[in-house]
Amino acid sequence: MLKINGVYKTFHPGTVSEKKAICGVDLHLKPGDFVTVIGGNGAGKSTLLNLVAGVFPADEGTITLDGINLTHMPEHKRAAYLGRVFQDPMTGTAATMEIHEHLALASRRGKRRGLGWGICRAEREDYFERLKTLDLGLENRMSQKVGTLSGGQRQALTLLMATMKQPKLLLLDEHTAALDPKTAQKVLTLTQKLIEDQNLTAMMVTHNMQDAITYGNRLIMMKDGTIILDIEGEEKKHLTVEILLEKFAQTSGSTFSSDRALLS
Amino acid sequence: MLNFINALPGAVVQGLIWSIMALGIYITFKILDIADLTVDSSFCTGGAVCIVMMNMGYSVPLSMLLALLAGMAAGFLTGILHSYMGIPMILSGILTQLILWSINLVNIMGGAANLALKNSRKVFRLVNLAKNDFSLLVLLGLTAAVIGVLYYFFGTEIGCAIRATGSNDKMSRAQGINTHFTRILGLAISNGLVALSGSLWAQYRGAIDISDGKGAIVIGLAAVIIGQTFFSKISRNFAVQLFSVLLGSIIYFIIYTAAVNWGLNMGYLKMLAAVIMVVMLSFPVIAKKFHFKKKVKGDTTNA
Ligand SMILES: Nc1ncnc2c1ncn2[C@@H]1O[C@H](COP(=O)(O)OP(=O)(O)O)[C@@H](O)[C@H]1O
Ligand SMILES: [Mg+2]
Repeated sequence: MLKINGVYKTFHPGTVSEKKAICGVDLHLKPGDFVTVIGGNGAGKSTLLNLVAGVFPADEGTITLDGINLTHMPEHKRAAYLGRVFQDPMTGTAATMEIHEHLALASRRGKRRGLGWGICRAEREDYFERLKTLDLGLENRMSQKVGTLSGGQRQALTLLMATMKQPKLLLLDEHTAALDPKTAQKVLTLTQKLIEDQNLTAMMVTHNMQDAITYGNRLIMMKDGTIILDIEGEEKKHLTVEILLEKFAQTSGSTFSSDRALLS
Repeated sequence: MLNFINALPGAVVQGLIWSIMALGIYITFKILDIADLTVDSSFCTGGAVCIVMMNMGYSVPLSMLLALLAGMAAGFLTGILHSYMGIPMILSGILTQLILWSINLVNIMGGAANLALKNSRKVFRLVNLAKNDFSLLVLLGLTAAVIGVLYYFFGTEIGCAIRATGSNDKMSRAQGINTHFTRILGLAISNGLVALSGSLWAQYRGAIDISDGKGAIVIGLAAVIIGQTFFSKISRNFAVQLFSVLLGSIIYFIIYTAAVNWGLNMGYLKMLAAVIMVVMLSFPVIAKKFHFKKKVKGDTTNA
């Protein structure tokens, strides 16, 4: 499904603040793969997802999705094939726009936007039903501004938007990190449900090792812009945090240093 | 006092003319969330294009249409400078403003700092000082039409995409919106309206001066902010928001006329616009300090 081949990315090359963020990543995902991505701060997890999404171009290498070459495609065009949820609930939604307008925007992703109505009555009924499945009561406040919603509600709405058009790939970048534990759990459960219902291919960055083990059928660990661990199938099923830490020590020759990743 | 009352229709006419410019500023300032300084020159461009066309014998509507298109081209240029050439927004606006100033003077007005409507055309202009009451009706119809078109447009798919871009451009790109395109389009529409307003101003005055429109952004912002302060709370409906800009503009020109009538030194007029803005902008902040008890209970439900 997703084929990342020999991708490199350096920020501010040739300056004092030069930063090699991705140093040769190869990653192939099969249709329906649900990959969790872990790694310390600055390992390059977000950069990898942003390269796939087209936030900035790769310096080298190619990225294809279901046979479509994304390498030189601008971000808004790639959006037709992708669903994205961000770490900050503010990023995925627009505070001054109404709830149903968000779903209308998402339903037009990948289509030509013209002079037809931005939202019509028939759609609203569909959105009512979709919002109802979230079980957050949002269906009764469809014309409220999203700025009035909590972080968890905004993430749930973003998830709904991201999965609405059955994306070829769902990109989740620590999308529960800004939420309190209870809300984070709810959003994770919803994520799992949406992925299973539509059999989506997904990449989920998380700083929580246990979540990385519990969810998905494959796990990759990143360090210094490369993938240092790639575990799938039966091996992934029997993984524990201890085994993971041990493997990390073996491959990288050091102990996992991010307290954040250990404690949460 | 009598002088002031006699001057009121004139104030309303000016308010209506400038409200079209203020609507343009509303689009960039409120909808796209950017400060566009192109308007200080595109206003004059609209007026100059309209007068030159009318003096060449073209009809009033055609002259105004061309003024509108010239303004749109100016906004388009600012948009290109900002989005595809990576020049910061404020600077892009200033650069286009400077380019336009030269074009206005040399290419459109033929080197003259002032351009008057030819005598033979004076009878046919759309807004005419000599027939103020008629002008009022024409202008009311025109501004209502502009508001109607904007109301429709910002409800369309492309209009929603522009609103989304102003609200959150990262989200917009993730939802497949070409935010370069939407920003350029918004800037073009905004400056088109500013130029249209300039073309009306030129007809009202019977002339255009190269300095017309200098400080337009302050007047437009003052109108937007006065409207927001007094009327936008009535309803969140977009049409109400647009009409509040119109009313804000009229109120601004009534204050302006009153100040002139009560003997304010003409030299203070730009300061007046600034003072009005300071009062309007600080009003909600100060009001909050005195009403801190009236807090709305926040939404405590969590997802
Ligand atoms: N837009 C950017 N400009 C400059 N440096 C960046 C940018 N994005 C990320 N980096 C740098 O690249 C490295 C990898 O960052 P990132 O991918 O965000 O790590 P993480 O694994 O924590 O998500 C970090 O050193 C970060 O500072
Ligand atoms: Mg990150």
